[in-house]
Amino acid sequence: MRCSLISRLFSIPGAHTLDIAKANGRYGSLPRLFSLTPEAVTEEVVKSGLRGKGGGGSPTGEKWLLMPPLDDKPRYLVVNADESEPGTFKDRQILEYDPHLLIEGMIASAYALHVKHAYVYIRGEYHFWAARFETALKEAYGAGLLGKRLDITLHRGAGAYICGEKTALLESLEGKRGHPRLKPHTKEPEWLFGHPAVVNNVETIASVPYIIEHGFEAYRAFGTPQSPGTMLFGLSGHVTNPGIYELAFGTSMQWFLDEIGGGVKEGKALKAIVPGGSSCSILKGQHIPNVTLDYESLKCSNSTLGTGGMIIMDETVSIPKAMKNLLEFYHHESCGQCTPCREGTGWMDRILAKVLNGRGKRSDIDLLLEISMTMNGKTICVFAPAVADMAVSYIHAFPEEFYALCPS
Amino acid sequence: MSFSLTPENETKFEHLRTRYPSLRALMLPVLWMVQEQEGWVSSEAMEYLAQKLSITPTEVYSVASFYTMFHFKPIGTHHIQVCKTLSCMLGGSESILAYLEKTLGITCGQTTPDGRFTLTQVECLGACGGAPCVCIDTTYYESVSEATLSALLEELRS
Repeated sequence: MRCSLISRLFSIPGAHTLDIAKANGRYGSLPRLFSLTPEAVTEEVVKSGLRGKGGGGSPTGEKWLLMPPLDDKPRYLVVNADESEPGTFKDRQILEYDPHLLIEGMIASAYALHVKHAYVYIRGEYHFWAARFETALKEAYGAGLLGKRLDITLHRGAGAYICGEKTALLESLEGKRGHPRLKPHTKEPEWLFGHPAVVNNVETIASVPYIIEHGFEAYRAFGTPQSPGTMLFGLSGHVTNPGIYELAFGTSMQWFLDEIGGGVKEGKALKAIVPGGSSCSILKGQHIPNVTLDYESLKCSNSTLGTGGMIIMDETVSIPKAMKNLLEFYHHESCGQCTPCREGTGWMDRILAKVLNGRGKRSDIDLLLEISMTMNGKTICVFAPAVADMAVSYIHAFPEEFYALCPS
Repeated sequence: MSFSLTPENETKFEHLRTRYPSLRALMLPVLWMVQEQEGWVSSEAMEYLAQKLSITPTEVYSVASFYTMFHFKPIGTHHIQVCKTLSCMLGGSESILAYLEKTLGITCGQTTPDGRFTLTQVECLGACGGAPCVCIDTTYYESVSEATLSALLEELRS
């Protein structure tokens, strides 16, 4: 089902400007927002079941509840606009077509969290989108929407995929290398400049105004009980109509690909789909009819919903070559902090290069699986496990293609 | 050779100081300021920054070198970056890169002898729906073909 909870203004010309955004109902959630107590706003978000849309899918409201009791010390909201996961290009649509939706969502979230200063961390490559958001911020300050209750600072990254990982992002924001932090044993908020902070993805925050304006039940009317609401799903690769489309969770993947995506490009057969960004396990084409677009269904299919950015591969694609492309990416982007990740990604990349050059042995494929095991679960962040799971899924789904490349 | 921020950037710096509780957090914003002012980040600039942020020049270099977008030597007038990651590869980025290498007479990572173009390959630009994507200076060009690139290069040359 096509929806327009987040994407309502995307097709309206000029909706990135304050006047046109306002004329189309932007900032319409503020009267109800300020009629509620901050705690009631959090409660509303908890009840909506809103899940983080940056890839993890953890419940947003429960993350907000981890903030310590109010005192006179600062607390921060950080919006993760670092989107760098291959296949994912959804947050930039919000920044491009409706930046005021993000600001409106930040006003609501900051109000709920008693935050006076929020940061938006945007990937360095997004020059155009950073400039557009900066303009929207100026407009919002000019109109008195920002400045009194809340200040927002735009912070630009400088080319590092790992800075999309929330603790690496915070380190980077503090002026350090983007190295992920060790995770505590118990649930607690993140920490920025020594104070508690909440880190949410752009699309997550952009979902808040709808929930506040229309109530949690209206949000829950979309999606499934466990994956409520909608998400901006992406299509790229060998598909007729690539792009970003807002759909309710629970929509059939096959329907999305065929009816909205126009099917596989040039009428070729579907070979495989990477469901939600490159770190998700690959799905074989024949399994697609059983999959619906929600966290639970993708988990049952031994993959993950991730960011919802789907990469479509037709029958002509060499799976080992596609995997090599991603290994190069991960090798390049490993932050280098943990040895299994720093060395493992490069080692796997070199083995696969040898295999693709026709000099591989059958034992090299087993070695790839073995290295994956030594990387999985032995590092500070989930970067290495993501690479390992990705690699194992490619080899398990299409073993014949790997072994066919090995003469002995 | 010494380095200093332009008066305009100095004003920006002073404004930014009010937005962060720690001086060190200004690292990326000020590195960007330097690169946008000079086109690259020199050792002199890093020494200047270190003094401004009350840290050592080594710490500045240690952080700056972690990120791929800072240049530690001058690059060409125009920076052409070809995205090579999965969606772009499926969309034909390999032939786009081969075309650019042939047309410019350089390989990836090099600058043309006239100093006009630097060509690099980059990991995911976040433009997967418009694959293949090429970023020239700060502008994304999506769904590019040899024909559109040829016209773009012509425009940049003139």
